[in-house]
Amino acid sequence: MLTAEVYIMPKASVSDPQGLAIKHALESLGYKNLNQVRIGKLIIIKLDSQDKKTAGQQVENICRQLLANTIIEDYSFKIKED
Amino acid sequence: MRFGIVVFPGSNCDKDCFYVLNDVLKQDVEFIWHRESSLKCFDCIVLPGGFSYGDYLRSGAVAGLSPIMKAVIDFAKKGGLVLGICNGFQILLESGLLPGAMLKNRETRFICKYVYLKTENSSLPFTGFRPDSRVLKIPIAHNDGNYYIDSLGLKELQRNNQIVFRYCDRGGLVSEASNPNGSVENIAGIVNRDGNVLGLMPHPERSSEKALGSEDGLLIFKSIIAQSKRGHFA
Repeated sequence: MLTAEVYIMPKASVSDPQGLAIKHALESLGYKNLNQVRIGKLIIIKLDSQDKKTAGQQVENICRQLLANTIIEDYSFKIKED
Repeated sequence: MRFGIVVFPGSNCDKDCFYVLNDVLKQDVEFIWHRESSLKCFDCIVLPGGFSYGDYLRSGAVAGLSPIMKAVIDFAKKGGLVLGICNGFQILLESGLLPGAMLKNRETRFICKYVYLKTENSSLPFTGFRPDSRVLKIPIAHNDGNYYIDSLGLKELQRNNQIVFRYCDRGGLVSEASNPNGSVENIAGIVNRDGNVLGLMPHPERSSEKALGSEDGLLIFKSIIAQSKRGHFA
């Protein structure tokens, strides 16, 4: 079995109100040296597959078709053997 | 005129839309479950507000892949009228029928209040009601209504007159102060290039009776019906 770890992040050019709110909350806890906080998603997919190359192509398609909205988000992923 | 209202798991304004179209405006209306894969004999399809699939992943993302959406896309490509309200607008964006995407509101909170809208394009089947100067009072209720499009996309919208509604103040002035959620250019609603698919964040069905505090939403539904009677579309 293979495991894909998919990371979805808001594009650098897009505002991230959630990240900004967390940054403000952390500052109120006393952390004053935070330059930026961005919030994304980690999606873990287990694949019944042995072939990393085919799995990579499949996960690429999955990201494009549903997991990421490429207008506002970037994605990247790692494929690991269990 | 025959309206179809698509019901997704988590839609919660479907019955309000039905009530306004059927009880208030005396039109033929039918609910369409999202698992259906074809549309028959409708003049206008409404994608109602709500939280389809619990807003999982992104608002409207999962609903955009529902079986019915293939039929809605076909219907729209043939010129059928499609009206997406709030979550329905988000679904239209996610399914690619309209350009752009929604971000979380700038103030990171759910906003539920009346807003004022300036109509920027009144030559559409949805907006034949009044001159451009008329300001509409219609409520919004959303968490992800911060409309985003890149600068090239924005120019395209402007060039093709696709911006339909913008948030303004009571007097019709569009400014940063009248922008409730951070939307690019105060955009509250846009139309596709062909002018038959409208998405808007405000809820016209929640402002269609005097008892609700505003009847301005009715103008949008009435425009659709009036255009139909004039034979502008089947």
